[in-house]
Amino acid sequence: MSEKESKAKEMHQVELMIGQILRIGVIVSATVIALGIILMLIKGNGGYPNGVQPTGFRSIFTGVLALRPFAVIMLGLFLLILTPTLRVAVSIYAFAVEKDHLYVWITTVVLIILIVASIIGYFGS
Amino acid sequence: MIYSLLLMLGVGALAGVFGAILGIGGGMIITPILTLGMGLDIKYAIGASIIAVIATSSGSTIAYLKDEMLNLRVAMFLEIATTVGAVIGAVLTGLMHPTFLYFLFGALLVFTTYNMIRKLMGKGQDDQDAQADALATKLNLNGTYYDKALKKQVDYQVQNVPGGFIMMFGAGLASGLLGIGSGAFKVLAMDTIMHMPLKPSSATSNLMMGVTAAASAMVYFFNGSIKAGIAAPLAIGILLGALVGTRIMQHLKPRLIRMIFVPVMLYLGLQMIAKGFGVTI
Repeated sequence: MSEKESKAKEMHQVELMIGQILRIGVIVSATVIALGIILMLIKGNGGYPNGVQPTGFRSIFTGVLALRPFAVIMLGLFLLILTPTLRVAVSIYAFAVEKDHLYVWITTVVLIILIVASIIGYFGS
Repeated sequence: MIYSLLLMLGVGALAGVFGAILGIGGGMIITPILTLGMGLDIKYAIGASIIAVIATSSGSTIAYLKDEMLNLRVAMFLEIATTVGAVIGAVLTGLMHPTFLYFLFGALLVFTTYNMIRKLMGKGQDDQDAQADALATKLNLNGTYYDKALKKQVDYQVQNVPGGFIMMFGAGLASGLLGIGSGAFKVLAMDTIMHMPLKPSSATSNLMMGVTAAASAMVYFFNGSIKAGIAAPLAIGILLGALVGTRIMQHLKPRLIRMIFVPVMLYLGLQMIAKGFGVTI
């Protein structure tokens, strides 16, 4: 096997690993959202007075403990929003395994921008 | 409630299939149905669109990574431009009058439509013949994919990296500032400017648009724009639709995908220009 081929194979291994982690993330968030929908169908409402729904960490957390449908759904949606960030984080590790230092840096920069954006989003809203 | 749940599931599935094939967010399908069809406030429609983009992206990326359809390096390098653009766009919202931008980005999409028609008329085969520029080689951006419709391995080179980078910044700005065009401009940058083949362009756009959307999703999540009862069935529908869409896309001829793109790009472009005139369709 030439060096180029073995490198391509290594890259595919890395892609498979990222794909696997991403799959787990998507399945977990989809399951939580689906549970929330089922709860909503059983209870016949979202578990909150009309128009209101939980948006902060604390209200979602207490809502999930009380099995309020909207809170469970919001938790699932939050996990779904995290999946692209998870993908970027895992890619850093993947490029590091490949010893591709340039892309370790590039991907780290992307992750930092994402984290900064999330913080701006949390406090700015 | 059951009716609206099933409707959202169906709309999501449709948006997921198209989004996965074309590498676009599906907001153009979802937003009109939510605002015009269900009378939902535009604020909640944008929130639902953001969830839609992330669901399409994460759902389809699983398959495209496994089948080596997307270009991870191109995605990560260009992601710097889109995320910075998205953050600046989100911060500038309210400070800037977006009318000019709607016209600019709308015109850009109409031009892309023209460009795609020209490509369709030009050659029977839809392969690209780009020369790698020095920067693409240095950044290790050139790639390869197996085309199941053409039954061959396609090696490709990437050109005009700076042009693509600037366009990606614009794509991020548009999605942060206007909440639209999350995928269309990314496909435009890779296909039209950087001369990547259409399939990896679309698959890579799928990966990227989720990351770009994640940068602004937190804002919408915490300010209450995301309605649980609407976003939840939509997300499930899209994840299922994207699963199907990634299967379909790999067996479609690139030429056919481009034919689907022509009306979609034109519609998106006209939609944006109409918004510039203050008309929401």
